[in-house]
Amino acid sequence: YTQLLFFCQFSDSAGYVGFANLPNQVHRKSVKKGFEFTLMVVGESGLGKSTLINSLFLTDLYPERYIPGAAEKIERTVQIEASTVEIEERGVKLRLTVVDTPGYGDAINSQDCFRTIIQYIDNQFERYLHDESGLNRRHIIDNRVHCCFYFISPFGHGLKPLDVEFMKALHGKVNIVPVIAKADTLTLKERERLKRRVLDEISEHGIRIYQLPDADSDEDEEFKEQTRASIPFAVIGSNQLIEVKGKKIRGRLYPWGVVEVENPEHNDFLKLRTMLVTHMQDLQEVTQDLHYENFRSERLKRTGK
Amino acid sequence: VIEEKGVKMKLTVTDTPGFGDQINNENCWDPIIKYINEQYERYLREEILITRKRKIPDTRVHGCVYFVPPTGHWLRPLDLEFMRRLSKIVNVVPVIAKADTLTLEERAEFKQRIQEDLKTHAISVYPQEDFDQDPDDRALNDRIREKIPFAVVGADQEHQVNGKRVLGRKTKWGIIEVENPAHCEFPLLRDLLIRSHLQDLKDITHNVHYESYRVRRLNESNRP
Repeated sequence: YTQLLFFCQFSDSAGYVGFANLPNQVHRKSVKKGFEFTLMVVGESGLGKSTLINSLFLTDLYPERYIPGAAEKIERTVQIEASTVEIEERGVKLRLTVVDTPGYGDAINSQDCFRTIIQYIDNQFERYLHDESGLNRRHIIDNRVHCCFYFISPFGHGLKPLDVEFMKALHGKVNIVPVIAKADTLTLKERERLKRRVLDEISEHGIRIYQLPDADSDEDEEFKEQTRASIPFAVIGSNQLIEVKGKKIRGRLYPWGVVEVENPEHNDFLKLRTMLVTHMQDLQEVTQDLHYENFRSERLKRTGK
Repeated sequence: VIEEKGVKMKLTVTDTPGFGDQINNENCWDPIIKYINEQYERYLREEILITRKRKIPDTRVHGCVYFVPPTGHWLRPLDLEFMRRLSKIVNVVPVIAKADTLTLEERAEFKQRIQEDLKTHAISVYPQEDFDQDPDDRALNDRIREKIPFAVVGADQEHQVNGKRVLGRKTKWGIIEVENPAHCEFPLLRDLLIRSHLQDLKDITHNVHYESYRVRRLNESNRP
């Protein structure tokens, strides 16, 4: 009835039909329905992936963590662990699935470690294709991976061979967002140098990472440019609250100072979070329109033979 | 050749670029093992000559510093494999590198896990328990063994802190002073390698590792 009221209010003004109210209707329906998003995290052990995810969504997705020792790691292959959490903020519900990939890059020989990951992504596409082609399409669940955070080690001098191979194998299947982990080990100069190296190597190898779309008329062009210029984001995560100047903030306490997670002068965490949150829709669209369609046409071509 | 207060030392630093970088790192320790054995071989050749040089040129590796990445978890399979093999032929000194990414708590936990790992896999790093000469040595070395691997941070730039020039890393949240024992254990590592155990490293290399090599080689050549 709010829509009707709105309509009546303006029905007097000339030339006004009322479909300008459509976005509000869509908004209300979406909010009622809730949003789904699947985020995959990939990177070697010990790069702070779990801590970062917890910091991003202010949840504790991994409360009782068991960290396996090396002897177990030798035997293990890459696992896929998906955890789903329903979070709500100001009445908007988000069903967030985080797909973790423990074991990635741990073994002495990491030759096949991303095959499991590719299989997982393909399986989700396969499932969606199956549901989409089925007779009852009312409740298709979208478990496709909408975004993949790839964690780059800050301890090296750029991308490792494994990083390059992984991204080349997956840039056609998922939106890759490269992230420099544990950025508190880098001085400002080292950070800039590493970012440049990584970007150079990405373009050298023809890797297609997720591109931020151009700013809409109502968005801040400058902010968007700044965000774009910071990729790959150099981030720090923390599960601990430290008291700084009377306030409790997320950070890491060292003998030489406190690194504040949400301080833009310390790292790009806020930029990463803002980018993710404002682009969830776009990430889903690109997954649907580009990656999924690629998969679908390949699959249908194959079965067509 | 470096000199300090009249004492000259010929220091050779051997780097191993590319170690562990590949996707498949199987046997990446082979070239390193080969190099170490080659130096033993060279010394052996000189030693068994009929007319020997007064001072045999010593290119043997006296200490191998192994850099463990500061993941905070456990040793990686690669770390275990490498240290297991190499601690049998050379003095291995593991260090936690780039320790400025670990809080003091994380550092202590990580060290404990590493010590457990080493014990579980019977990896004997320097200073090895078996070679303690006397109770004094043992006491001193026990204290060191409690603290290894040292968590170190390296820096080659100087900054101004409280009116003094110090070696450190400058970040937005503070300056990490490399030679400040409250910040990192670089001084402990330096003291161990240079100020207190330099000669011991050479002695163990000569009396233990080299002798093992020599015995193995002589047995090999004696076999028909």
